[in-house]
Amino acid sequence: MINPGVHWLQRPETIRKLWRWGIGVLAVTAMLDLFLTPHPYFMVDGTFGFYAWYGLLTCIAMIIVAKVLGIFLKQGDDYYDD
Amino acid sequence: MMIDVLPPGVVLILGALLVPITSGVARTIIIMGLPLFVLVLIWQVPDGAAITAPFLDYQLTIVRGEAVGRVFATVFAIMSLAGGIFALRQARVLEIAAAFLYAGSAIGVAMAGDLITVFVFWETMAIGSTLIIWAAGTEAAYKASMRYAIMHLFGGVVLMIGVIGYVMTTGSVDFVHMAPNGFATWMILIGFLINAGAPPFSAWLPDAYPEASPSGAVFLSAFTTKTAVYVLIQGFAGTEFLIYVGLYMACYGIIYALLENDMRRILAYSIINQVGFMVTGIGIGTEMALNGAVAHAFTHIIYKALLLMSAGSVLYMTGKRKCTDLGGLYQSMPLTCITGIIGALAISSFPLTSGFISKSMVSQAAADENLMFAWFMLMAASAGVFLHAGIKFPWFVFFQKDSGLRPADPPANMRFSLILFAFLCIALGVYPAPLYAILPFEVDYVPYTVEHVVKTLQLLLFSGLAFFVMLPAMKRTLTITLDVDWFYRKLGTKLAIRLVNNCSQARNVVENIARQRLDVLLMKVSRNYGPGGFMARSPTASGMMVWVLVLLAVYLVVYFL
Repeated sequence: MINPGVHWLQRPETIRKLWRWGIGVLAVTAMLDLFLTPHPYFMVDGTFGFYAWYGLLTCIAMIIVAKVLGIFLKQGDDYYDD
Repeated sequence: MMIDVLPPGVVLILGALLVPITSGVARTIIIMGLPLFVLVLIWQVPDGAAITAPFLDYQLTIVRGEAVGRVFATVFAIMSLAGGIFALRQARVLEIAAAFLYAGSAIGVAMAGDLITVFVFWETMAIGSTLIIWAAGTEAAYKASMRYAIMHLFGGVVLMIGVIGYVMTTGSVDFVHMAPNGFATWMILIGFLINAGAPPFSAWLPDAYPEASPSGAVFLSAFTTKTAVYVLIQGFAGTEFLIYVGLYMACYGIIYALLENDMRRILAYSIINQVGFMVTGIGIGTEMALNGAVAHAFTHIIYKALLLMSAGSVLYMTGKRKCTDLGGLYQSMPLTCITGIIGALAISSFPLTSGFISKSMVSQAAADENLMFAWFMLMAASAGVFLHAGIKFPWFVFFQKDSGLRPADPPANMRFSLILFAFLCIALGVYPAPLYAILPFEVDYVPYTVEHVVKTLQLLLFSGLAFFVMLPAMKRTLTITLDVDWFYRKLGTKLAIRLVNNCSQARNVVENIARQRLDVLLMKVSRNYGPGGFMARSPTASGMMVWVLVLLAVYLVVYFL
């Protein structure tokens, strides 16, 4: 069922496909650690898939910090207009 | 007095004067030819002092050939070429002339051998950049430019105090490595850091740059913060304090960029984030770290300009700058979208882009020096760059929802500079050897190892996952986020208004008391002197005769006594 009015990138089936492929690529990149001998600088960065979970967790943490900060610091964008 | 070469910075500044008095083809030739000519001049400068001049009791080194300065001057010249082409047909003449003045003085700083010359070019940069913001011609830009100018003139004063103190204590004006160990050197360091966008003086950057014209912001992104990086490398490499300043800047930039809705403010915050990486490298201060800082400044200027050109093209074609108004532009602006994505990948240091071969040197240096905290922070910040600039910018501008806008790609000259800088981002990423060859220290670093590529991909792709998993939390709102400028834009104004109100109230009280007293006085006066008052009564002739008699009698009595 192809809706010609919608750009192919916006069709739900494309988006589903992108998600599936994206997750596949993520899994493969994480699995590549199986073939690498870790050369950690500080112990913990030698754990399996360190860069993957560290990237994911720190990014989620940063978004949450930003959200929390936003509660206090967000203002309407006409705030400074007099 | 010694003049061995033409001073590259001064040539560009003088060239700026030609821009308003020429037109048509002649102006195009100047705008495109002059930066190239200056680039040649930069590489004509031999090592050591090339132009010196006596000033008061000191010997100024107006042009000095030296490795770090040469790299910065080179990228400044490349930047003024690409920026000039981008601005060629659309920007006001004032803006292009101001940009050359600005770029010329930045090159002047990068090649100056003494603190007085640094200071003079430093202040000229402040003037040039303020003029660029003015050229946008809007009320908001004018107000932002005033705040910007005040901040930079304040920074200039701090720097001047430091320079005077330094010259008085050491007796030398030479710009050499120093350590922040006294009042004067601290003042110099603070003066430099204000221009770098370091806390607490960072808000000037995201406040002012996004108010400039589409091309103005491209110029602004390149010079001020990177000359600050340059002078920090020359003056304060290895100052541990800078590691923490840099790490703070890297995180601050991410958090604020995540909250921001204006596409060019996102990119402005990300400048601070990127300069944070460089400042951290300067603080670490090893050869690897300094090479990393210099290389990162070089690649950063190019990809950040590319990102702002992409955003500038969107702004120029749509007149809109807020993520909430944009989206879906990939359909009608494919070139702007693709070059923007290349810039976004480069800033995220994706393999095969310029960021990959420069930024990793800083984190490598942190690991080599066993700086665990710094290393983990740098890794988190690297992931965060992909989050806030690498995905957020292209996603909300070019994809996201369909805004219904169908603007075409920008005019030819703008497209040309987009392609030029996108090409450079990839070329430097694929073939970093020419950049490594001009770095100040020999490069003992191989970016493309299987391990490094895999680790980087893991870090970045999973940051990307975090973005899309958290997408509902990233939903754009019509908001701004308060920054340090709140203190002088809101609190300061409020306090000033309150002060004025209190003063006028106090004046009213004093005035009322004074008025009451005066009324009493006037009443007394008018009682005695007013119509019908004692002193104003017209006396009768007989009464006066009595008084004359009394006076005569008194006189007689006194006379006989």
